[in-house]
Amino acid sequence: MSWQRTSWVWRWVVLAAGIAGWQLWASAARSSFFPPPSAIVARMHRLWFSGPAAHAFLTPDATANLLPSLGRVLSGLAIAAAIGVPLGIALGRSPVVTDYLNPLLQFARALPVVTMAPVFIVLFKLGTQMEVATIAFGTVWPILLNTIDGAASVDAVQLETARAFRLSRWERLVWIVIPAALPKAFAGLRLSLSLSLILMVFAELVGASNGIGYEMSNASNSFDMTLLWSTIVLLGILGYLLNELLGGAERLILAWHTSHRERE
Amino acid sequence: MLEVTGLTRAYGRGDAAHVAIDQVNLSVAQGELVSIVGPSGCGKSTLLRCIGGLIVPTAGQVVLRGEPVRDVPDGLAVVLQDYGRSLYPWLSVRDNVAMPLRRTTRSRAARRKAADASLAAVGLSGVGEKYPWQLSGGMQQRVAIARALACDPVLLLMDEPFGSVDAQTREDLEDLVLRVRRERDITILIVTHDIDESVYVADRVIVLTPGPGRVRADLPVRLPWPRDQIATKELPEFVRLRTEVSRLVRNREDAAVAGESPARAKSEA
Repeated sequence: MSWQRTSWVWRWVVLAAGIAGWQLWASAARSSFFPPPSAIVARMHRLWFSGPAAHAFLTPDATANLLPSLGRVLSGLAIAAAIGVPLGIALGRSPVVTDYLNPLLQFARALPVVTMAPVFIVLFKLGTQMEVATIAFGTVWPILLNTIDGAASVDAVQLETARAFRLSRWERLVWIVIPAALPKAFAGLRLSLSLSLILMVFAELVGASNGIGYEMSNASNSFDMTLLWSTIVLLGILGYLLNELLGGAERLILAWHTSHRERE
Repeated sequence: MLEVTGLTRAYGRGDAAHVAIDQVNLSVAQGELVSIVGPSGCGKSTLLRCIGGLIVPTAGQVVLRGEPVRDVPDGLAVVLQDYGRSLYPWLSVRDNVAMPLRRTTRSRAARRKAADASLAAVGLSGVGEKYPWQLSGGMQQRVAIARALACDPVLLLMDEPFGSVDAQTREDLEDLVLRVRRERDITILIVTHDIDESVYVADRVIVLTPGPGRVRADLPVRLPWPRDQIATKELPEFVRLRTEVSRLVRNREDAAVAGESPARAKSEA
């Protein structure tokens, strides 16, 4: 217990020291490429978070750029999960079909998703559809492959017991296969989450008329280094928050699994 | 109540086929507790799964209460060896026990009530809210027994149910099974590799040959009821029986003299 507290405190101390070090160095060096953190934070505040309380302190610039980016990430992930989890469970329970499909799956997964972006640009034109498609296509693989793995490794004794109690196919799916496969599906979702942020920025750099990636591209073109760093810091914070959110959901839904694992 | 005739189960086909059980005949009366012992690999578990309709026999048939078993029959419950793997870790103990009631009982409240009653019957009142992995091995196996009893089965199949608990817990669980049998009119088949256990709990001990499993001997156990872990095991009859079963399980040559003839006479009858 006390060990955890110390490590928690120390983590913040190290973080604060790192930022302070950067601040000192950047103020001394006066480099135009590396603005001090104070300038970055001030810019972030002025640009995005100094809006009216009624808008949750978001400025018009924030609603015009942060919310579309967030929307793309979440809808891309939602599509990937909506396809990946059910398909993964279906494939995981049909080893023969998976055997046939495996080369195809491995090939598709190995394909760097950025190479598909030109295809999506042709298919969907530049804009939100193309961006969401890129995110969904890129993030579906970790979810799909992990869920297949999870559904395929459902314990045979658990399934046999369910059969002996004459649970129908549907009941076995809902009460045994899905809960047993969920921890793996969540592991895939975690991988996909960090991937989705990368793809979001990439897709917006390629072609968007708003979004965080669009702001980055603007900042870079106009050599506005403070704005560029602001978007980078914002992406870091966004990634951290989304990851925490998913972790919270996982702890809530898979409470049995995490405590179970800690026991073993 | 249960008639098994010519039951054969092979895995694989042709020359490579592995015959797990071969021409097994046995008959169990209503309310009887029969234990099945044999060396490892003699097809005990295969036999139990065929009787339970979980696997389809290659030949022969199982008739339960006059009905041929083709799928898992009504009124059947199982307790499998590995409690850690047969209970569902994502469900509370109560929901685990209530699981087999889904088919018969619509109301969730009624299922929970039945589950609690079943837990109480195995001496586990008040743990319904916990998760299985929060309980000791012996308690988990009690939960598995409570779950099997919840749907009020007529036939209970137990596959090495106490293989993974310590000796003291094992004796408690054996006595629990005997008490359950006394309180309900239930027919029980226990597969075990523990010779003392096979004699202690049973009305009859069936010894299988090493694979492919055939019935080598069918021995009535004439020990007084109620049985007692210490007093019963001191009786000369217990010692004689356990020695005989032990010899049948371990040693083929001796067994041919001691056991094969009655089994063969029975199967040919």
